[in-house]
Amino acid sequence: MKVPRHWRETPRRYRMEAGKCKKCGSIHFPARLVCTECGTKEFETVRLSGKGELASYTVIRVAPTGFSDLAPYAIGIVKLDEGIRVMGQVADCDPETLKIGDRVTTQFRRINEEGKTGMIMYGYKFVPDLGL
Amino acid sequence: MKEVAIIGIGMIKWGELWEKSLRDLAVEAALKCFDDAGVDRVDTIYVGCMSSGLFNNQEHLASVVPDYLGQRFTPATRVESACASGGLAVRSAFLEVASGMSEYALAVGVEKMTDVDGGEATFGLATAADQDNEAFHGVTFPGLYAIMANAHMDKYGTTIEQLSQVAVKNHYNGSMNPHAQYPFKVTLDQVMNSTKIADPLRLFHCSPITDGAAAVLLVPVEKAKALNKPYAVITGIGLATDTIALCQREELYNLKVVEKSAQRALKMAGKTIKDVDFAEVHDCFTIAEIMVMEAIGVVEPGKGGPAVMDGLTALDGKFPINPSGGLKAKGHPVGATGVAQICEAVNQLRGESGQRQLKNAGTALTQNMGGSGASSVVHILEARS
Repeated sequence: MKVPRHWRETPRRYRMEAGKCKKCGSIHFPARLVCTECGTKEFETVRLSGKGELASYTVIRVAPTGFSDLAPYAIGIVKLDEGIRVMGQVADCDPETLKIGDRVTTQFRRINEEGKTGMIMYGYKFVPDLGL
Repeated sequence: MKEVAIIGIGMIKWGELWEKSLRDLAVEAALKCFDDAGVDRVDTIYVGCMSSGLFNNQEHLASVVPDYLGQRFTPATRVESACASGGLAVRSAFLEVASGMSEYALAVGVEKMTDVDGGEATFGLATAADQDNEAFHGVTFPGLYAIMANAHMDKYGTTIEQLSQVAVKNHYNGSMNPHAQYPFKVTLDQVMNSTKIADPLRLFHCSPITDGAAAVLLVPVEKAKALNKPYAVITGIGLATDTIALCQREELYNLKVVEKSAQRALKMAGKTIKDVDFAEVHDCFTIAEIMVMEAIGVVEPGKGGPAVMDGLTALDGKFPINPSGGLKAKGHPVGATGVAQICEAVNQLRGESGQRQLKNAGTALTQNMGGSGASSVVHILEARS
């Protein structure tokens, strides 16, 4: 993977920047060029709260290339308080005790080290929301 | 549109075929199809293959296949829709015959997956998911279906025994299929105690990595009538697409793309699911078979698991599913799977399936899925003679 491929994604991976439709208010993450709800092509950039609840999850036992040092790890789909769903790992927890509906929040973490270039990629991971 | 018939099918033994190359597989299946149909030339070729670039460093199958099949200068097209590439190849061939553009259209599905190691194969398969928004976070394909399985269990109370029974049933059917990669029976205990892959899915809930190919020959129905032997007609085709990322779907416990594609195919055929006798469906993971049963309307949403336990979908059940053994036992060379489903359906419709022949096989449905339910192709086939 070349550096620009990750670099151009950093606004949403580092800051969870999404596109909010100027006409119907739908939020798209990642941002899109056309609104899937109303067809509008005008958006404003908004930052997501990163807080929400676990819609479903799994525990990856057989990991893909670049993730084997983490296995077993939890990964899930979180319904954010803004109403949209995003995927991410769920860290800092015992994967065996996770439940659908658990409250989670977001932290900035190391995601992966790309094999060919050694480039370290960062982004968000979910962690249990302890209300801190 | 012209009515389109299938007059030839070509299946080969699937497995880890170290001695055979990508092109060997495609050509072997196509030649068997030619023999079955009694032809040696075709007007057009569609090749369904997901990722020969990643698996074999070989693209441009639209030249490789006709070249090595002895069909130099024949028009050929490669189509790709991840694991639904095979079904899409058949649909593409159908359109070319139905339009009157060509008379003899070959659809070949092929995938040679063991030229790379397991990690690379897993990576290759994961390219059918959203690379930037799913694979980036470390999810695998079993992981995506495991997320759906957990959602289905949470919503409907589906159990691990029910997920496991799908594998027991499909391996029982596959034990009678000479082309299957794993033609042996498994017990519920073996499935439930196999290695964990992505909770709640274990190894025996997952289809394997496979080398394989399959081919079918499509012609206008009047050509089939002249042959004086049983054949099948394609009376309905439905293709649908959905979001590439699983997380962008409102509900994680159903497969809307399958519902839409099945509705389109049934509507085109002028039928309802009650008119269908059996189905070959995309059980890449056992939860997928349960969700497909619900999506095509064999059972109400949430009733798939109990129906499998009750034997509804067994070989001698009221609505047999995957008499071939499915992806689970037969194997899943991704680009070949959709074509092989059609081969099994035609084989059953012609009454030539031997030990696993269904008693009542007049109308078949095949369902071939791409990714985590991001695309789906459904065919309705009917027996004629």
